[in-house]
Amino acid sequence: MINKKVNNVQDALQGIENGMTIMLGGFGLCGIPENSIAELVKKETTDLTCISNNAGVDDFGLGLLLQKRQIKKMISSYVGENVEFERQMLSGELEVDLIPQGTLAERCRAAQAGIPAFFTPAGYGTEVAEGKEVREFNGKMHVMEHAFKADFAIVKAWKGDEAGNLIFKGTARNFNPCMAGAAKITIAEVEELLPAGSLDPNEIHIPGILVNRIFQGGKYEKRIEQRTVRKIF
Amino acid sequence: MALDKNQIAKRIAKELKHNYYVNLGIGIPTLVANYIPEGIDVEFQSENGILGMGPFPFEGDEDADLINAGKQTITTLPGASFFDSAFSFGMIRGQHVDLTILGAMEVAENGDIANWKIPGKMVKGMGGAMDLVASAENIIVAMMHVNKAGESKILKKCTLPLTGVGCVKKVVTELAVMEITPQGFKLLERAPGVTVEHIVASTEADLIIEGEIPEMIID
Repeated sequence: MINKKVNNVQDALQGIENGMTIMLGGFGLCGIPENSIAELVKKETTDLTCISNNAGVDDFGLGLLLQKRQIKKMISSYVGENVEFERQMLSGELEVDLIPQGTLAERCRAAQAGIPAFFTPAGYGTEVAEGKEVREFNGKMHVMEHAFKADFAIVKAWKGDEAGNLIFKGTARNFNPCMAGAAKITIAEVEELLPAGSLDPNEIHIPGILVNRIFQGGKYEKRIEQRTVRKIF
Repeated sequence: MALDKNQIAKRIAKELKHNYYVNLGIGIPTLVANYIPEGIDVEFQSENGILGMGPFPFEGDEDADLINAGKQTITTLPGASFFDSAFSFGMIRGQHVDLTILGAMEVAENGDIANWKIPGKMVKGMGGAMDLVASAENIIVAMMHVNKAGESKILKKCTLPLTGVGCVKKVVTELAVMEITPQGFKLLERAPGVTVEHIVASTEADLIIEGEIPEMIID
């Protein structure tokens, strides 16, 4: 067994420096690496380029890094529900690159899987395709997109073991498996970290080869963005 | 009478076919799930990574790890499955999802759709809309025929930045059901009590009108 366990979030985030590009898993506030984000706020790392589907809300998720002006550029598919984000974007303090969600996911997966570029129909004929190579396949137009290049990927899983194997829960899976192994170094934070051999190999979603460092998060708030319930008649 | 949002959703629900996998967008499309016709089995896909999405949970049963693409808490139904975002969009681009229902700000007679950006206003992003419209074979748009100022959103050519080109097949509005043909918008049905003349006057694009146009059957 190759041991990927580190003792705490401080050790896990060693080497993250100003100006780096970081991928962060999560969809909205679901499945985000809460402990690592809190530590990045504490570390005061700045000029970050963040690749993440969303940008959190004002006082949670990546919104915490935005509040402290630690992010220089966001690469996302949807960035609503965040007043501070809007202010920084409109004032020009924050650079924003909006890309289709499927393209975002595939650019992560391509980086993970050693595919330098790929063609997708998404965005053809729109401003997203401007300046990009387009090509016809089977009578349909496609746009060439490139794999991401990132320094760190920070993902969050439900359970993990010391070998770095990961299991996700519900829709908290989202971008996390696509980002594991898609950067030079992958950090996984998990709700429960178990000894190697505790997880059934049949049930592992991401094998430890894609994870460099794994630690158990101290606490998870798991805030719900849109609490929606059924009425009982 | 022009339809309200729930009635638009009810009319669109009649387009669901047995054993369809369906992706519902945010807004009116989400309401379609409330009106699945009797005897029809469908499974809902949400692009954040679930098939077999169920209704909202009862109070106290909310799970932070279980949401839809609108970030609302949801439940699962028997047969449900979870997957990652790349896999989810693979399923969409690979045309395994039978029907996509989404909202729009403008639709043009060549099937172009604009639904993500208004120049000069805060841009929130396209989310999965560009992937969905570029990939789906069967797209129905739920939208308002005219905006609050009374201007038509059913156009010869879209004025807003596009989400996708030549992709919309059918449009259901508060006034009409229209199909997009190689010749342009074809009027199929009108809302109960709404005249063909009223629909024509509310539509900037030309409408193909053949014979008597029936009223929609909502219930």
